[in-house]
Amino acid sequence: MRSISRTALRDIALVCVADAIVGASFGAIAVSGGFEPWVPVVMSLIVFAGGAQFAAIGIVMAGGGAVAAVATGLVLNARLLPFGFAVADTVKGRLYGAQLITDETVAFALKGRDARERHDYFWVSGLALFAAWNVSVVVGALAGTFIGDTDALGLDAMFPAVLLALITPALSERGVRAPVLAGGAIALAASTVLPAGVPVLLSLLGLLARPKEA
Amino acid sequence: MDMPIVAIVVLAAGTLAFRLAGPLFRDRVRIPPRLEDLLSLAALVLLFALVVTSSFAGWARPAGVLVAGVLAVRKAPFPVIVIAAAATTAVLRLIGVP
Repeated sequence: MRSISRTALRDIALVCVADAIVGASFGAIAVSGGFEPWVPVVMSLIVFAGGAQFAAIGIVMAGGGAVAAVATGLVLNARLLPFGFAVADTVKGRLYGAQLITDETVAFALKGRDARERHDYFWVSGLALFAAWNVSVVVGALAGTFIGDTDALGLDAMFPAVLLALITPALSERGVRAPVLAGGAIALAASTVLPAGVPVLLSLLGLLARPKEA
Repeated sequence: MDMPIVAIVVLAAGTLAFRLAGPLFRDRVRIPPRLEDLLSLAALVLLFALVVTSSFAGWARPAGVLVAGVLAVRKAPFPVIVIAAAATTAVLRLIGVP
């Protein structure tokens, strides 16, 4: 692991801190939303994908079924498929490393200039983030059990706020805004007539609004 | 709140399958760049739909989310965005906004 520079280690540490804050919010939101503490904790260990975890619990909290929650989570995580191809060489031989494939770890791995650097960046950031994420979710879940009136504290606004904060940087990219806004409009319209969870999946129709050759 | 363990396991297994496909089949299959772009875009579309559908209940909650959106566009730090959303909603409820 000698090929990791001090700057890279600092970057990894910063991302760990940021993800730990998201993880703590996830644990607290899930538990204050009515889940048993083991739900966010087990989910974080075996799913280990923040967006899908938030989506799944968010849909169930909104009154949607488990099927819609799982389907949405799986569509979200389909983006990990190309990521797996991108870091295949790094994970080969130690397949349990595949569990560490996330947006962040792949981004770190691809920063490496050669195979060894990519390997080190992936594994160091992966193991660090796995630890940071799971510990922070436990802490958040425990904190969530102490919170009484979650509505008075405005905690129900935290869930959409977290997601919005996570996706806003990507919304400035070319060709993203039209399908995203169309999908949001479709989901909002559908939510007036369809049961929770289904409208979110229907938003995928917004993909039809993407510009050609974007 | 009901989240059966089976649902969590299915989500985890499917996610692991997506992760393992690359390391296992890389020599035989290639992912077309267009599919790659489509999958990332699909993720953004779903997450935004989730924001929209979980924001609308009364007035205090969407107001909090709106504040979060403005702060996010202005590149405020993550904790600031999230706490400002909760604080806005909490204060509005305190003064009687539903």
